[in-house]
Order: sequence, then structure tokens, then C-alpha cells
Amino acid sequence: MDDRVISVKDLCKDFGTFRAVDRITFDVHRGEIFGFLGANGAGKTTAMRMLCGLSYPTAGSGTVAGFDVMTQGEAIKRHIGYMSQRFSLYEDLTVWENIRLYAGIYGMTRRQILRRTAELLDRLHFRDEIHTRVGRLPLGWKQKLAFSVATIHCPEVVFLDEPTGGVDPVTRRQIWELIYEAAAGGTTIFVTTHYMDEAEYCSRVSIMVDGQIRALGSPGELKTKFAVQTMDEVFRMLAREAKRGE
Amino acid sequence: MRILLVLLDKEFRQIIRNAFIPRLVLIFPLIIMLIMPWVATMDVRHINVAVVDQDHSAASQRLVQKIQASDYFTLIQLSEHYDESLARLEAGDVDVIVEIPDRFEKSLLGGSPERIRITANGVNAMKGGLGAQYIVQTILGTFAELQSDRGGDLSSDLFVVENRYNPTLEYRHYMIPALMIMLLILLCGFLPALNLVGEKETGTIEQINATPVGRFIFTLAKLIPYWLIGFLVLSIAMLLAWLVYGLAPVGSLGAIYLAATLFVLSMSGLGITIANGSSTMQQVMFVMFFFIMIFVLMSGLITPIASMPDWAQFITCFLPPRYFIAIMQAVYLKGTTIAELCPNYLALTAFAFVLNLLAALTYRKQI
Repeated sequence: MDDRVISVKDLCKDFGTFRAVDRITFDVHRGEIFGFLGANGAGKTTAMRMLCGLSYPTAGSGTVAGFDVMTQGEAIKRHIGYMSQRFSLYEDLTVWENIRLYAGIYGMTRRQILRRTAELLDRLHFRDEIHTRVGRLPLGWKQKLAFSVATIHCPEVVFLDEPTGGVDPVTRRQIWELIYEAAAGGTTIFVTTHYMDEAEYCSRVSIMVDGQIRALGSPGELKTKFAVQTMDEVFRMLAREAKRGE
Repeated sequence: MRILLVLLDKEFRQIIRNAFIPRLVLIFPLIIMLIMPWVATMDVRHINVAVVDQDHSAASQRLVQKIQASDYFTLIQLSEHYDESLARLEAGDVDVIVEIPDRFEKSLLGGSPERIRITANGVNAMKGGLGAQYIVQTILGTFAELQSDRGGDLSSDLFVVENRYNPTLEYRHYMIPALMIMLLILLCGFLPALNLVGEKETGTIEQINATPVGRFIFTLAKLIPYWLIGFLVLSIAMLLAWLVYGLAPVGSLGAIYLAATLFVLSMSGLGITIANGSSTMQQVMFVMFFFIMIFVLMSGLITPIASMPDWAQFITCFLPPRYFIAIMQAVYLKGTTIAELCPNYLALTAFAFVLNLLAALTYRKQI
């Protein structure tokens, strides 16, 4: 049985005459933590939105969780979780109401929701905040909650768009612990980040420059290939070639 | 179905928590029903009149008394010189001048009366025009009385005017059903559109679009709360119309609610379509205002459609409020039945269908 959860070949996205994503090809295997790196404007979010069924590819082909990204966007959505770059839970609803909303949308039964919520809240130490409106939570807590909501239905693959953006180092670490736990539980993780120390935690990473994937491999492989000590240096070497402005 | 319930639960919680909407639902009908019928009236009253009396006869005195006694007129000036009054008219103090020439009464008795001159200020065309008409009626009425005093014919019996359905010709009664329509346009067209585009602005719709929620279910969950609000407000407005103005529908409530259902469906379909095409609240506001202006001015809300030019009448055929206003006024004032208004109901049904289809088609989860 094929263990590829995401398989993409020559995927492109044009906005008018601008080619945001230029013929990217890669596979992501089950249980992997796949780091999707690139400078601002390199096309990471656009590529991710195509994989989530939020945006139609202009050309190329690909499957996510066994469904075609061109034609089966809605089927894909049943099997994935998504955490957007911008915090997008309802701030005027409480923690519990947000969880129940999304769990309900994914068709979980009441008993499943209660069990899963208790599990999540215990892990996040959120018990006391269950009836707090999300808008009142600090950013780090919001991000942890957003991650938990994106994985509430135990999806095959979860897409995380800069889950640690603007978050303090302690919370950043906690979020990565959550990511590891989810991966250990069999969920494939597809994550973008600007922190190169986080890239080191990934099973494999790809680095996008000007809409194309310029490097792909495990952090160790890439460092050897570019003959440097850290992922930070790998990133700098590639990003220097970028022609697109910030 | 369960997803719809989950989404409805979310929408209702958000509406109740919103500081603005629950208040709006109460304040809107109160203000529109309690204040608008008094201010938005086409009855012209308090017309400022100057009388230039060069006759000083019993007849001219009688006329002046009549004008003073009438609710419609305010006697501003009584002079002997037309020029003085004209100056006041030019200054804007006076709307209508009545000039009674010298020896008028004598000439009247002699059978070949002198002419009374009426000068009206046309700047406010409505006030000037109606003012001159009212004055003519008052003068005719006065002469009829004078004649009957002298044992002549009662020429005031010459005409009998009866206004069917709105016997006192109260503009208010014509206006109230139309005002209820404004309420429905604002609550069921405007609010869901703002709500939907609000989700675009905060980015929450992005998370929903990444889930398997169908666009039809999502839109439906947005609309149902506003439909309920619309009916609640319509009921409050009807109750107020009855309590405050004694205006109850002559026709059946069923006819009103059926028309309201179809109308609310079309307006919310329009609102959602506009929201789908917009990315910010400002955009939605401007486009909705554009439509509301057209609806208010062209649907027979204020001015009758029959007096518009043909090309404009043709355009009104494409405005859903036109049919609803016709239904509301006919049912409210005449007690017309659904069967008699069938074409209007069918037109509204067609609009509801087309606009909602458009709303469903223009909502894109994937771009």
C-alpha cells in the first residue's frame, strides 16, 4: 500500500500573468513532519491553499489523502485539518463553543466530542478557560487552541501555516510538542515556518524560492549537500538567489 | 441536517452576543413606526398665506376668517398692497398670496365678478401647487356659503368626492405599509450581507471553507436567523401600526405573511449575492445603499409608479419591492385577496428563486 499522503506533480498557480507557484513536485509520506520553508512571498501559502482545496491549481496534478486536488476539493476537506496563518476561530464564541462547532461540522457524535474535548483541554491545561471567549485569550493560547481545533477530528493530514508566528519561545516549544504528539498518533504534518530551529525538528523539509522548490530532503541531507552547519545557513544561501521582493 | 443545527447554534449565539443587533431589532421598528409616519407625510399643512384685501367687504372678511380658521393655512399678513405681500413671498415668508380686488363683492352681486388673483411660490413646488389648490377650494366654499346665506343655490353640493379605502386621504395610511417594507429590506437584506462579509474581513470564513461544510448549508445558516428577526420585526411593526395609528390590515394576515416570506427570501438572496462579490464591509454598504436608493425612489414607496415615464415603469418591473409594496397596500387598505394579487405573488416567487440561485452560485469555497 502506498504510504504517500500528499503527492504533487508540476503544480502551478497563476494570478493573471504572475506565476505564484511554479511547477512544484514532491511527495509527503504518512506520519511525516514535512517542513515547507521559504521567504515571504515565495508562494508557500498559495501552494498550501491548493492542497487544502481552497484554491484551484492552474496546471499540474496532485492528490491529498487519495483525492484529486483539481476535482475533489470537498472530499479532501473531509480528511484534512487546516490552521491558517491568520487566527480564524470565532473570537466572540467560547473555547468550548468553537470546539463543538468544528467537531460538529466534521460530524463527530456528542460523546466523541466530549471525550476528545476533555483530552485536549487536559493536555493544554485549558480546563478553567473552557467558558472563556476566545477573543480574551493571549495569542499563544489562541494558537494552541487553533491547532487543537484543526486536529479535533484526527485528520489524516494537517496543514499548519506558520503556527508559531508571533508566539513566545515557551509557547512555541509547547506547540511543537503538540505537533510531535499528533505525528506520533499517525497524523501527517505539513507545516510552514520562518524559524530555522523549527526546521531542524522536521523529518524532511523543502525550501521554496520564487515559486519553485529549490531544495528537498531531511535537514541532515541538506546541510551536507550545502556543506554548512545549520539549516539557517542553507536557507540564507538559497534565499539570496530570490528575485522577488519581500 | 446536524451540521445546519450546529451552525445555527453558532449564528444565534453570535447575534445575541453582538452588542448591536438585538438592540437594533427593537429600536428600528419603534423609530420607523413611531416617527416616520409623522414626518414623512405628503399632506401639506401650515401654508403661509398673505391676503391683499382691497375690497373690505363682507365677502372678503368672510374669506379671511375662513383662511384663519383652517388648519391648512396660517395667515401671515393682511395688507392692502400687493407689492408688500410679494416682497414677503420673495423673502420666503409667504407661500401663497390672495389678492381680492376693489369692488369685488359688488361685481360679484352684479353677476360679472372681478378676478381674484392667486400668486404661489413655486420654489417648493409641492407646497405652492397644493397651497394654490386649497385656496381655490376655500374661496369656492366661502362663496357657496355666501350664496346660500342669501338664499341662493347651494353650489357647494355640486361635487361630492369620496376617497375609497382611505376615506380621510391620510397619507400616513399609504405610508405605513411601505415603511414596514423598508424594515424588511434593511434587516433581511443588509444585515446578513454585512455578517457574511464580516466573516471575510476577520478571516473566519477561511477556516470554514477548509471544512466540508456545504456552501448551501452555510448560507442557509446565515439567513435563517435574519428571516426570524424579519418576521418578529414585521409583527412588532404591525402591532404598533394598530395600537398607535389604529391601522389594521383589512385583508388577511396570511396574505401579508406569505408576501413577506417571498420578499424576505428575495432580499436576503440579493444581500448574500452582493456579499459574495465584495471583500469589505464598505463595498457591501455602498452597493446596498445604491439598491436601497433605487428601491425607495422607484418602487412606489413614495411616488406612484403610474406617474413615472414609461421607461422608468419598465425598470420598476425588475424591482422586487414594487410587487411587495403593491401587495401590502392592497391587502392593508383594500383587503385584496391572494388570488386577486396572483401576478404579484408569482413575480416575488420568481425573484426569490433567481436571487437565491445567484447567491448559491456566487459563493465559492475554492477560488
